[in-house]
Amino acid sequence: MDSLAADLECRNLIKRFGAFTAVDDVSFAIPKGSFFSILGPSGCGKTTLLRMMAGFARPDAGDILIKGASVLDTPPNRRPVNLVFQHLALFPMMTVAENIAYGLRRRGTRRAEIARAVAGVLERVGLADAGPKRIDQLSGGQKQRIAIARAMVLDPAVLLLDEPLGALDLKLREHMKIELKQLQHEFGTTFVYITHDQSEAMMMSDRVAVMNAGRFEQVGTPEELYFRPQTAFVAGFVGDANRLRAKVIAADGTGCKLATDQGLTLTAANPRSGAAELGGLFDIFIRPESIAVGVAAQDSTNRLEAVIEDVLFNGAQSRILARLPGGDVIEALLPQSGEAEPLRRGATVALGLGPAAVVSFAAAGA
Amino acid sequence: MLASLPRSPLLRFAYAAYVALFFVYMALPLAVVAVFAFNDSQFPGLPWEGFTLDWFIGAEQPRLGLINDRRIVAGFFNSAFVAFWVTALSLTVATTTAFLFDRHDFRFKEFAYIMMLAPLVIPGVILGISILVFSSTLAEAVNSLTGYEISALRPGLFLVILGQFSFITTIATLVIAARLRRFDRTLEEAALNLGATPAVVFMTITLPWLRPALFGAGIVAFLISFENFNTTLILNGSNAPLTVTMFDRMREGSTPVLNAVSVTLMVGSGLLGLLGILVQGRGQKS
Amino acid sequence: MREGKLVFWLLFAPFAAWIALLIVIPHIDMLILSLREKVAPRVYETGFRNYADFAATWVYPWTLLRTVVFSIIATVLTFLIGFPVAYYIAKIAQGRTKAALFMLCLLPFWVSEIVRVFGWMLLLRETGLISNALQGLGLTSGPVELLYNDAAILIGLVYTSMLFMIVPLISTIDGMDDALVEAGYDLGGNGWTVMTRIVIPYAMPGIIAGSIVVFMLALGNYLTPTLLGGKSGQWFTAQIYSQFITRFNWELGSAFGFILLATSSALVWLLLRLSGQSLSNTLGR
Repeated sequence: MDSLAADLECRNLIKRFGAFTAVDDVSFAIPKGSFFSILGPSGCGKTTLLRMMAGFARPDAGDILIKGASVLDTPPNRRPVNLVFQHLALFPMMTVAENIAYGLRRRGTRRAEIARAVAGVLERVGLADAGPKRIDQLSGGQKQRIAIARAMVLDPAVLLLDEPLGALDLKLREHMKIELKQLQHEFGTTFVYITHDQSEAMMMSDRVAVMNAGRFEQVGTPEELYFRPQTAFVAGFVGDANRLRAKVIAADGTGCKLATDQGLTLTAANPRSGAAELGGLFDIFIRPESIAVGVAAQDSTNRLEAVIEDVLFNGAQSRILARLPGGDVIEALLPQSGEAEPLRRGATVALGLGPAAVVSFAAAGA
Repeated sequence: MLASLPRSPLLRFAYAAYVALFFVYMALPLAVVAVFAFNDSQFPGLPWEGFTLDWFIGAEQPRLGLINDRRIVAGFFNSAFVAFWVTALSLTVATTTAFLFDRHDFRFKEFAYIMMLAPLVIPGVILGISILVFSSTLAEAVNSLTGYEISALRPGLFLVILGQFSFITTIATLVIAARLRRFDRTLEEAALNLGATPAVVFMTITLPWLRPALFGAGIVAFLISFENFNTTLILNGSNAPLTVTMFDRMREGSTPVLNAVSVTLMVGSGLLGLLGILVQGRGQKS
Repeated sequence: MREGKLVFWLLFAPFAAWIALLIVIPHIDMLILSLREKVAPRVYETGFRNYADFAATWVYPWTLLRTVVFSIIATVLTFLIGFPVAYYIAKIAQGRTKAALFMLCLLPFWVSEIVRVFGWMLLLRETGLISNALQGLGLTSGPVELLYNDAAILIGLVYTSMLFMIVPLISTIDGMDDALVEAGYDLGGNGWTVMTRIVIPYAMPGIIAGSIVVFMLALGNYLTPTLLGGKSGQWFTAQIYSQFITRFNWELGSAFGFILLATSSALVWLLLRLSGQSLSNTLGR
């Protein structure tokens, strides 16, 4: 990627706390105006990474560039990045308008201009008349929008968001995902979004970095991460997957055959990592939605007779738990047709898998 | 036992009656003092001789009202002077100390914290005599070395201020530290992130958050100083603060002017106390 | 980083000056003075004679013992009287009543101790309200003197330190989840076991904080015993005042001061030890 076009670039960032390396040699560049997410489990180092970008922590090695210039020696109050905090950090002793005006007043902007800017940004987040309200009079979603407005009014080069939806209830969170995406489009500012929730990252982002144990596992579009995971961690963390461990029992260069300890044998495409040598140990990831169920399984390469252990009804997301011959239990998405009707506990069902649906990676430590 | 649990009506009544009796016990002495401030009699007590305001505004002996009683008025101003300085000094040091313990880690911090609490478990009289002894030692030393006599180190209002300051600062620190502990430090980071310098962050974010606690601690400090007796008695010189003046009068036996002074104190400190509670309460909400 | 160091020292300096100049050094000086013996005018030696004098004159240790015992009784009484009220305010009273009762508890204590003692003098003395009331009811034939005895001292001490027991009690009990009490009943407890096994252990930091403060206030009190107690009701603090103010024997007075400080510290320490609490989690909540 051309770093001149990047709003934010990190080069070989390292941050250690004692013997623990929180951020381990991370590099990336974010093109102007895009929505970039850093997705990872808690403790993976994503918050530390964000705090370094905002200037609250200093990297032990590496460089951070904003619009091509290093900001390592710029204190947090002079960096052209703004942050939406995890718990928003709206100032409780000020009104909404005072909160939004805070940054502008620090810049010495004139009163009339501040008033105009505050009114403008409130309009854009759809809370035109919230100015005189106190913070505790706002609902969760409104607070969210005010926190974004407070940062956006300063017209930052990059807006950093630290899991800002975490505190909201489920319904509101779903709604805010869409709203955030629209706000980003409207402002056209580069967003860097930190989250542990894959659906937030997948729905809103142009590109997502999956982070684990201080490192970036894979950076790509949501589609790439979902369809072409490059590591076992990404395959397991992004989307749902049945996870099995198997040995290579045959390989011909274009594909291979894998067998689990329970005796299940699957024809698979070549592994994503590691060479398919006989006896090699692999982790297999099979998405519930890539399994054909019932009639649809007829023409599949891998055709399995399974016994239904349980039906997990959840509307369009309903699944079955099926026990394969040999004893492995896997989850499969129910087809969206009346056919689901006879699938009951104890019934026998045909499951089908194409070779491409069997994604495998050389097992760690094997 | 909870409000939500069923209890026998008898038990419920007995408990409520006990609490009511308790409040009678709490209120009775003050009520008696207040009522007899208006008694048209030379003695603060029965029998009731009719209503008068002489003990507040009487101009001549033997019915000298408090506003014309020179020693009482002087005592009042001495107490106010002491309380003002104790409040100002203890608030300043309490604020820095609260920040010290909230924001910094240092060796022997635990020990330092116990030392900070120590003035609460030292009887007031001992705080008084130790400061008296030390200041006299200092005064003697300065005198024998240079020949100067530093009168501030002899019993007087300056020593009273220091003596009260020595333990009121602990109380003020606890009040301020309690609020500082509940402060969300990401607010400071948010302000920095929005472009404020550290000094501006302190003035616009941290200090406004602490304001109710500072106000509350200030009122508490002022009232405790104003009503202090034990430490004051020992460090006091020729200008007696009000409590010491009242103590002397009480032992001599006095006219109801003492009741009048008491009523004035009750009204004054009651108002200050209420103000403090209101401010604290408002701070809690935000 | 250097800036951080500077801020630290700016915050540390006032604290250190306060504790060193007004607490630590004066107490050391007082200790030194207490070890000074006057052998002739302006001639001194170092030794324990002041402490020996304390031990040799029976009235001094006796007064100290009396003061300590009465302070402990006052503390226990304050707890016994105050606990049900604190519990009522924290758990039984609701909404506005609760707030009002709490305020009612606080208000008497915004008034100077001297005014409170004065109130009791007006109530208890021979010509006072209670004596008159008893006569009016025909319970006694003539005026009764209720002042100047040990019971009067206790009434005054309990009254004057009640707030310092009730407020920490209310704040700890109020912080207790009602569900703990409900669970206690649900699991088969009765009023007594729930109180002694759940509520009191939970409120222990508040109980200890209140007890320490009340005990210290009683032990260090001067006004109440002097004004409400009789001639026999001498308090140890009065001995200290008289050495300093009337007899000008600062050496002996300092020794007394140290003995009182050592006694009170030992008792506070003992109380903390026995209850398994620490100074920081009780007083320094």
